[in-house]
Amino acid sequence: MAKVRGAIVVDIEKCKGCGVCVTACPTNVIQLAKQVNGKGYNYAYMENPEACTGCANCALVCPDTVIEVYRVKV
Amino acid sequence: MADIEIKDIIKKENLVYSKSKILTDNEMHYCPGCSHGTSHKLVAEVIEEMGIQEKTIGISPVGCSVLAYNYLDIDWQQAAHGRAPALATAAKRLMPDHFVFTYQGDGDLASIGTAEILHACNRGENITVIFVNNAIYGMTGGQMAPTTLIGMPTATSPYGREAALHGFPLKITELIAQLPGVAYVTRQSVHTPAAARKAKKAIRKGFENQEKKIGTSFIEIVSTCSSGWKLSPVASNQWMEEHMFKFYPLGDLKDAERDNEADYKKYIE
Repeated sequence: MAKVRGAIVVDIEKCKGCGVCVTACPTNVIQLAKQVNGKGYNYAYMENPEACTGCANCALVCPDTVIEVYRVKV
Repeated sequence: MADIEIKDIIKKENLVYSKSKILTDNEMHYCPGCSHGTSHKLVAEVIEEMGIQEKTIGISPVGCSVLAYNYLDIDWQQAAHGRAPALATAAKRLMPDHFVFTYQGDGDLASIGTAEILHACNRGENITVIFVNNAIYGMTGGQMAPTTLIGMPTATSPYGREAALHGFPLKITELIAQLPGVAYVTRQSVHTPAAARKAKKAIRKGFENQEKKIGTSFIEIVSTCSSGWKLSPVASNQWMEEHMFKFYPLGDLKDAERDNEADYKKYIE
């Protein structure tokens, strides 16, 4: 069975840490970082990158569109 | 199976989702988790997919989205409070080959602009109205709006809205659905990926209706105001699901093309 691997790139300085992507992710890849960005927000990052399928749900609901999604078949 | 490195996935040829070219690089001034950002993005994606950037005119309201011209790289006009449908009427009548849409909040559309929206819809202007309903006045500090739910605390109704004192919440979308000049009325939301996809389809349909010249398209987006509601963005989405959707149920209220209403055809001819 073809397996799909995905990855996201978060524009850390633009992320406002709202956490909507965390709940939208079906495979629980995303978490909010303990560190903060220049504005003081806990930005989103891939806590569990192996599980990412590149479904782009996080990017779709991101209000600030700071997430880019990549997907590849392996 | 050989495992793949993250840096091998993040390559240009594997890109499946990135920011629409219609959205500018400006950082949005909206609060974290605000539905306006998602709504802007969906409008931008529809404009990009239809390839109508050069001939789209947006009319921005007074409210949080007054600065929408900073974020979408199309032509914009800024209307006086509530008067976006009147301005859109003028723009559409002068330039019928352009796509004209208004982007209004509930304080703008359902309160001070009630007359304008009702009459623009009653005239059946070929415009698209995007109505972002968060049941509160977000920009000015969370005051009670006409769409505020019964019992919902706001800055000006700290013990919750009371019907006897403040009146009932206004279902403006249902009011507009009755008008024969209106071609398409729907209520959507953008809080989950599935809802956002449906909302995008609705917005696309609204823009396509302008090409068909079949009347006004009205798209309500039930949204959150985490600052005004004094909740976190994720908690606001839950609160919206539990309370807002009971009073403002999602779905199509009217689709004249589909329903093929006799009175509608009569009015168009």
